[in-house]
Amino acid sequence: MTVIEARGLRKSFGTTVALDGVDLHIEEGRILGLIGPNGAGKSTALNAILGLIPYQGELRVLGRNPWTERDHLMRDVCFIADVAVLPRWIRVSQALDYVAGIHPRFERTKAEAFLAKTTIRPSSKVRELSKGMVAQLHLALVMAIDARLLVLDEPTLGLDILYRKQFYDSLLNDYFDRTRTIIVTTHQVEEIQNVLTDVMFIDRGRIVFGCSMDEFESRYLEVMVNPERLAAARQLKPIHERQVIGRSIFLFDRVDRSQLAALGDVRTPSIADLFVAMLESKPGHQPATPQGAAV
Amino acid sequence: MSTPSNVPSDSFAPQPAPAATSPTHPLYWSLQREFWEHRSIYLAPLAAAALFLFGFMISLIHLPSRIRAAGIDPMQHDFIVQSENLAALLIMGTTLIVAVFYCLDALHSERRDRSILFWKSLPVSDLTTVLSKASIPIVILPFITFGVTIALWILMVLLSNAVLLASGTSAAPAPHFSFFQLSTGLFYHLMVVHGLFYAPFYGWLLLVSAWARRATFLWATLPLFAIGIVEKIAFNTSYFASMLGYRLGGGAEDNGSKATGMAVAFMPHFTSGQFIFNPSLWTGLAMTAIFLAAAIRLRRNREPI
Repeated sequence: MTVIEARGLRKSFGTTVALDGVDLHIEEGRILGLIGPNGAGKSTALNAILGLIPYQGELRVLGRNPWTERDHLMRDVCFIADVAVLPRWIRVSQALDYVAGIHPRFERTKAEAFLAKTTIRPSSKVRELSKGMVAQLHLALVMAIDARLLVLDEPTLGLDILYRKQFYDSLLNDYFDRTRTIIVTTHQVEEIQNVLTDVMFIDRGRIVFGCSMDEFESRYLEVMVNPERLAAARQLKPIHERQVIGRSIFLFDRVDRSQLAALGDVRTPSIADLFVAMLESKPGHQPATPQGAAV
Repeated sequence: MSTPSNVPSDSFAPQPAPAATSPTHPLYWSLQREFWEHRSIYLAPLAAAALFLFGFMISLIHLPSRIRAAGIDPMQHDFIVQSENLAALLIMGTTLIVAVFYCLDALHSERRDRSILFWKSLPVSDLTTVLSKASIPIVILPFITFGVTIALWILMVLLSNAVLLASGTSAAPAPHFSFFQLSTGLFYHLMVVHGLFYAPFYGWLLLVSAWARRATFLWATLPLFAIGIVEKIAFNTSYFASMLGYRLGGGAEDNGSKATGMAVAFMPHFTSGQFIFNPSLWTGLAMTAIFLAAAIRLRRNREPI
């Protein structure tokens, strides 16, 4: 079933257009990565989905209007905006008490079991915890909620690599179960590439690209071309070419793998490389929707 | 099945799993949250009471000699009743200050520390949140003031009687005001004046706290002065200032009760229930509703600072 349906979603702050007619269709059971440069409109899109800001256009989240029905929607939707939003004065036990008291789908024992695996003590205040521990606490609260949609907006910003890895491991192993949907934005794209089922690029308030990771892996190939085959490689119309330590790396869209293998080492590109390729390949850094984009 | 919240251990032991959904009490927990965050709500009046009791105990040293010097009862009445008035005024003053700063902070600090994003990620409406915050100064603080004051009064009476008995002076005679009269007077004063008549002030402060990006105290106070000054210059009148003064005085017509130096707690027209027919009570409550509705809308729209 459809979790998010948006048509012509627009939002501007003064003269700045943050969302410029976004269409979205997100099905249940996906883990969608929303990738974009700073100021592309990622957070604005998520805030609209979460009912935090008003918007123009049509938007339904789990069949509800998020702006007028936020408190109802939040029974089925969880979000972690970033690691710094838990109130600093609250104690861990108080946070558990509070969420247990107001959330009908919160299972306290689950959160406690998760916290038992950490060094967080119930009597600690959030201000006494390290940034990584606050993220663990927030994740413990969120994972104990039986939600249908989880929105993560830069959830691991400022965490060290151990905590970041743990965060996504817990999310995948203990939380995601194919009936839930997760939307995540992050700048550490390479760390979530194998977590995602879908990826979407957003730039200047527009969705410029979107596909499933299965499609991504079958469509896009990256070749480290042997120097003598450069001309042959260029004939196959790569969508991007870059130099790394004296070697040329070409990115191809829908070119047969066996054909490319003759040119050099073939591998699946990282999402970040494709993203950079798409933004750079357009004159004046103005990417258009590539053919066959799913959204 | 025991809930882990009742176990005062400091570790997360695995517990048997409960049912999937549980009943919720958003208003109760929203209030609880305010007590966690703003502990001055109860600590400040308790501290004021403790301070007063300390001073009162020192003053008791001289009580027997003062009573002997005065000869008979009236001095003692005055001493105890005046002390009780003073105690009530001190605690009321404390909770008023707490209420003002609580309101200015209530919808501002959650935006300043971005925790509003956490609160809004939970199924609690802006209406519930703002109403729970508004009920702290309008309902909760008057009750706390009442409870702390009564407890302090009882301690004062017990202590002074104990001192008088120990010194061999006459036992306390019946005072002019019975303890019950004083308590009901205080209760009505707190509920009617501090709760109902001051409600629009609290509504205004909450509105400013939801709106201002910084300097909430200035935004809350300076516009009021500005209106008063503009009115004075433009029309040479001071209706706005006298309206504020009237409201701050608890809607009391100047019937001389304030001049006695007695706490306003004992104004008889409250206990008789006439305040219900005071139109300014109702206009004030209407203003409160408007301010709170605006604060709810602002909380919905506003982003972290």
